[in-house]
Amino acid sequence: MSELPAWSLPHDAAKDIALGTDWPAEVTREWAWGDATGKGVRVCILDSGVDASHPKVGHVESAVAVSKDEDGAAFVAEDVEGDVCGHGTACAGIVRSLAPDAEIHSVRVLGPGFTGGGNILLFGLRYAIEQGFEVINMSLSTTKKDYAAVLHELADSAYFQRTVLVASAHNMPVESYPWRFASVISVGSHEEDDPMALYYNPNPPVEFFARGVNVEVAWMGGDVLSASGNSFATPHVSAICALVRSKHPELTPFQLKSVLHLTAANVGGNR
Amino acid sequence: MSDLNSAVAAAALGSEERFRALLRSVVEVARAIFAAKASSILLLDEASNELVFEAVVGEGEDDLLGRRFPAGTGVAGWVLATRTPLVIEDVARDPRFAKDVAEGTGYVPQGLMAVPLLHDESALGVLEVLDRQSRFTLEEMELLGLFATQAAIALDLLRRARHAEAALAGDDELSAVARLATALDGLDEEARPGAQQLLDALATVLKRS
Repeated sequence: MSELPAWSLPHDAAKDIALGTDWPAEVTREWAWGDATGKGVRVCILDSGVDASHPKVGHVESAVAVSKDEDGAAFVAEDVEGDVCGHGTACAGIVRSLAPDAEIHSVRVLGPGFTGGGNILLFGLRYAIEQGFEVINMSLSTTKKDYAAVLHELADSAYFQRTVLVASAHNMPVESYPWRFASVISVGSHEEDDPMALYYNPNPPVEFFARGVNVEVAWMGGDVLSASGNSFATPHVSAICALVRSKHPELTPFQLKSVLHLTAANVGGNR
Repeated sequence: MSDLNSAVAAAALGSEERFRALLRSVVEVARAIFAAKASSILLLDEASNELVFEAVVGEGEDDLLGRRFPAGTGVAGWVLATRTPLVIEDVARDPRFAKDVAEGTGYVPQGLMAVPLLHDESALGVLEVLDRQSRFTLEEMELLGLFATQAAIALDLLRRARHAEAALAGDDELSAVARLATALDGLDEEARPGAQQLLDALATVLKRS
């Protein structure tokens, strides 16, 4: 019976879905990620690639790039070029700074010359979900409505298989995806300097705010820049998710989002 | 039919110059509001996949206008490809990412804000504001978004005007109609009713044939 999906709950089956977590009466930051380092959690940076040699990144566990063959079909191959922009390295460096023992995996969805487009993005996201990464950082979005339905499906499948998709909200009032979907954790910026300061937004679609202004980030060529934008707020939340998942691996994305809510500075945070 | 309409409109408005002036005024205001050293608007030339400086004020003004570079390079290229704004300080530390602005001008900015110019689902170009006086705030990001909306509309108008002019140049019938529209536009009040009667008569004849 246990092989079947749990479409319903017979009266004698409640004991089978007892929660693994000893959920405390009060969820504190200490309970959520105290002493956690991100160990055992794989964070995927779906971006421009990651410069593994950057001192702020340290080590990249795996790196692939999505390209198109002569017939226009997308495929995944080992990434030998690293970062083509600096953006992915910046995101990876932020994750490393907060979750030092998390594994960083890079899936590059932009080629040299920033070629790529929606199909490569979709293919890369599907690939990342298939790998079962615990956290996928997506400091990217697409404005193409044609891709919205497929992205929505992918975001839901990630959610149901316990892959947390953390996605940047757009900095401008435009429709873009996948951050608008309820199955992802969407992130905008606040202006504070505390990298662990997280705010819950009671007026979605942007659900959380994290540090995204004047952030010291790793960039290409071993460099460090000060950068701003939701792109850089997002990996802060990815890192916090990695910390929580390393301490509480049994949490589902829904439960994880609840933990983020309960530990947000404007909800119950700083306890 | 849309070509005809826009061709006539283009001829009647003498539009390209006006839209260029509008673009220039957007970057002038942006530069003033942000107390920046320079501001520019880059248009994506889809045929060649290059970004072209369509409006520039401040540093580099004399050299950059009309200059083009591959759309797959630099901060502007990244912003265009990802359709996401980017704000970076200390850019000069990594000249590769300022080279779209710096190449050939000797001007390497310290900091820059770049925002995509979005129209419907496509990115038409990029608005850049270089070397602001202040430390970046979220309020500036909002302001930049407002400028971007305005610049995107101006850029769309410019594209349409060029498209219309191209259509006009390659089509004798359209040119004739556009010349007629321009002539009509130039008439004084007294001559107008007569011209209108002529046009109505022409329309009647054309309908019969």
